[in-house]
Amino acid sequence: MTALPTRKAEAWRYADLKAVEALWPPQPARLISVRAGEAQEEIVRVREGGLHDLRVELAAGATLRLVILVQSSGYARVAVEAHLNEGAHLDLGGILLGDGEATQEIVTEIRHSAPGATSRQRVRLVVDDRSTGTYLGRIAVARDAQKSDAEQSARALVLKRTATANLKPELEIYADDVKCAHGCTVGELDKAARFYLQSRGLPRALADALLTRAFVADALTGLEDSSTREALEAETAEWLEQRA
Amino acid sequence: MLVIENLHANVGDKPILKGLSLIVNAGEVHAIMGPNGAGKSTLAHVLAGREGYTVTQGTATFDGKDLLDLEPHERAAAGLFLGFQYPVEIPGVSNLLFLRTALNAQRRLRGEPEISGADFMKKVRTESAVLGLDMEMLKRGVNVGFSGGEKKRNEAFQLGMLEPKLALLDETDSGLDIDALRIVSEGINRFRSPERAVLLITHYQRLLDHVRPDYVHVLADGRIVETGGPDLALRLEAQGYEGIAA
Repeated sequence: MTALPTRKAEAWRYADLKAVEALWPPQPARLISVRAGEAQEEIVRVREGGLHDLRVELAAGATLRLVILVQSSGYARVAVEAHLNEGAHLDLGGILLGDGEATQEIVTEIRHSAPGATSRQRVRLVVDDRSTGTYLGRIAVARDAQKSDAEQSARALVLKRTATANLKPELEIYADDVKCAHGCTVGELDKAARFYLQSRGLPRALADALLTRAFVADALTGLEDSSTREALEAETAEWLEQRA
Repeated sequence: MLVIENLHANVGDKPILKGLSLIVNAGEVHAIMGPNGAGKSTLAHVLAGREGYTVTQGTATFDGKDLLDLEPHERAAAGLFLGFQYPVEIPGVSNLLFLRTALNAQRRLRGEPEISGADFMKKVRTESAVLGLDMEMLKRGVNVGFSGGEKKRNEAFQLGMLEPKLALLDETDSGLDIDALRIVSEGINRFRSPERAVLLITHYQRLLDHVRPDYVHVLADGRIVETGGPDLALRLEAQGYEGIAA
């Protein structure tokens, strides 16, 4: 059995270790595997605390569009370990909505093990009150995985200064002909945009909800089906409106 | 409609408005001109209720209501519209969603029913056609990828859609080429009516060739130092602000 993680382990540095202890050992990872040349879409909603491990196996030329929506009151950790074979494509959108005292984490490890695979991650964290949101994103490109293209964008929106956001990109690249674009930003709502909306008649809470919804929407752009996208946007909007 | 008396306001700790008084009645168009730093944009922002601007003395009423006591969105619902000198870009919120949300928020606050989708789109088509904004642009994020002129046309479009009572236009003419200036001016002229008023804030006389004001005021060092008719703007253009304000 795996030993209980400690704060010294980088991947668990921001976790709520007390909660982890109560949850240990984790359940076996849920496997999502896509066969060669096939495409699949998967939505993972996490509304209850816990350790949620996902293992993604993409065969040659397979495509997975994965959206993870985390919004729980207790400690939640969603860890994705993905293996990309030749020419596979992973599109991962992550949304983490935190309020109260919740500690929530999205941890990804994308392994480009063979040439020509592409991955695109867009993760948006929204933290309010005294909540903590963490994204740890590791990309590993193997020595012979030439022409890999890994794109990673992580942004956090801090609605109250009592909340905490942690973003940590980590690239481990052993091949020389690869593209790995990554960007991380932590910010607050744009005051000028808020005033613009207010001046047109939107109460402050509604203006903030609209801006936050737009912020989060980036994470859903990978979904091809607009009705799924709209349903997820509506779920997010519901959370935002409850806060308003 | 708008009565401002002895208004003093600070930006941070710095006094900018120092005893400004102005009365704007329904049906009138007023132009406020003045040099850089005179307090023109501060006046616009104080009236619209922007954070960071503090009124230290004086009053401003709008249709008899204490304007300074209202939240920015309440001022909008009461019929005040601020046309921005620098309209803000808001990625991810389409122009149409933004406008419909704004229109309905105003209506709710006034106790009116929400506008139907069909009526909204009909109005959008009419108003956007006048200002040469196409539907593809309106589906994009608010002002995202718009040129300076398109942003100002979008302000005029919003003015037409929201139908306020008083339009407070902060340097609407800045950054416009001759054609865009004409189009935006037409938008403002279309808005004019006996029930409505316009307060134009501008550096230059050229906007006033297209939108003829009833009154021209010179704002210098936080107060109005001279008031006249349209000819005052011409004199300013000829003599400069120093000649008048001295």
